[in-house]
Amino acid sequence: MLEQTVTIVANERDTDQYFRLVLRAPQIAPLIQPGQFAHVRILPLKDALLRRPFSIFQATADTFSILYKTVGKGTDALARMRAGDELSVIAPLGHGFTVPAAGGETPLLVAGGYGMAAMFLLAQRSPQKGIVFVGGRRRVDILCEKEFAAIGWEVRAATEDGSHGEKGLVTQPLQAEIRNFKSQISNFKLFACGPTPMLKAVGKLAEEYNLPAELSMDEHMCCGVGTCLTCVIPVKAGDSWEYQRTCTEGPVFDAREIVWEITK
Amino acid sequence: MQNPVTVASGTFGYGAEYARLIDLNQLGAVTVKGIRLNPVLGNPTPRTAETTSGMLNAIGLQGPGVDGFIKKYWPFLKSLKVPTIINIWGTTVEEYAEVARRFDALGGVGALELNVSCPNIKAGGAQFGTDCNLLAQVVAACRQVTTLPLITKMSPNVPNIGQLAKAAEDAGSDALAVTNSFPAMAIDIHTRKPKLANITGGLTGPAIKPIAIKLVWEAAKAVKIPIIGMGGIQNADDAIEFLMAGATAVAVGTANFYEPQTPLQVIDGIRNFMERKKISDVREITGSVQLPKK
Repeated sequence: MLEQTVTIVANERDTDQYFRLVLRAPQIAPLIQPGQFAHVRILPLKDALLRRPFSIFQATADTFSILYKTVGKGTDALARMRAGDELSVIAPLGHGFTVPAAGGETPLLVAGGYGMAAMFLLAQRSPQKGIVFVGGRRRVDILCEKEFAAIGWEVRAATEDGSHGEKGLVTQPLQAEIRNFKSQISNFKLFACGPTPMLKAVGKLAEEYNLPAELSMDEHMCCGVGTCLTCVIPVKAGDSWEYQRTCTEGPVFDAREIVWEITK
Repeated sequence: MQNPVTVASGTFGYGAEYARLIDLNQLGAVTVKGIRLNPVLGNPTPRTAETTSGMLNAIGLQGPGVDGFIKKYWPFLKSLKVPTIINIWGTTVEEYAEVARRFDALGGVGALELNVSCPNIKAGGAQFGTDCNLLAQVVAACRQVTTLPLITKMSPNVPNIGQLAKAAEDAGSDALAVTNSFPAMAIDIHTRKPKLANITGGLTGPAIKPIAIKLVWEAAKAVKIPIIGMGGIQNADDAIEFLMAGATAVAVGTANFYEPQTPLQVIDGIRNFMERKKISDVREITGSVQLPKK
């Protein structure tokens, strides 16, 4: 983890409300593990003080990139920044995905919307190729299919309006795949990043078919380094539960550890 | 303290979290998040919300309890060259005293900060900080069980901070921390729901600074003991303003969350200001605001 002022190499529109931001960060880039995030201070934001967390999409020897959606004043201001502008970044942060071992389980990746970006490094660094299931509302919400195809991964898309791939939720083709290979089911491991309802559905599928699953949780965050205790989720602890930090113990959690409904 | 800059309780975890980003040994002291006797689960989420030039929080003092803190965090804090200020709280006067006694027995603690001003818990906290009698009872009970310096962290939500400041001083407090967060609320207009699960929370950040400056000024007029000023400090200019209002030291709070280098920048900035203004002792700045002559 380093805090640095870094320069924007590129900040360009991908599709619709999605942008690709490339940052020159030669000291940070080599440290990045799949599933980690960068905590970004958007300096032109004067009265909105807090940093914004973004999953890291790609990393080279001296740059890393972020694929983000404009959803509020922070990301709107970020989208107006240009190559040469500077951002303050704390990265890489958080506990990421376990990279599959060679000859181990076949990774099935499940992504919703810009959650797709958080899965790319995992796919790239996995010696074991698998399938990535990606879902979104419309065609424009299905991101970076080309990048996954370029590294030899099969992509199966689902859109809610049916404009691309299968019509419906991403968990439908995922469940179909698991059912097809039920005899070899112990060879699958699920990895997911996306909206919480999707993660919950993936967690339930994993439970139902007794598959290991790692879920990258998307929680409102403040400090990003474990001090403020904003981004906590309930996690099993003995025969009870406790709040753990998405920024530090997560964002990636073992699906079996997550408590979806607190009963008090 | 080697310099007059610490961090505000609750904005710096237990120190270790920031050790990889800043050199903690350059601080005047490390102040840790509030601890009561037993572990605390904390409030449901969302626990914080960004507001204009500030933020709301209602964390609910999630924490490991005295034993958990000593086991998990104390070995690291003890190894630092700078003192640790431990923020303590309870739901009864007896619990405050018991936590104070435990930390007195631990040895090596720099000071205890009595949190009588957290707005986000149902029992304890602010109820002790807004009533002169209860406040005096908490301070006196802790005073009886420890020789450690006691810092009373004051609530801003009082009609006359001078009276409470005096009550804390008279009961044996060695210093005051002014101020805790301001009770506040924000609503999401699209969902019509409060932005915090706790409905209300405490406002911190630059938005509260001028109000905190006035509270420090008023408290300083009422007591002789030193005051640690805090509330929205982002840079050395802000810190110097607190000193001029009457503070002897300052704490950086919310700024740690977005710019972890702030405490060190404040230390450097105060030093530069003193050189430029030919001030040899930082204590000369304390209370040096020049009021118009009547």
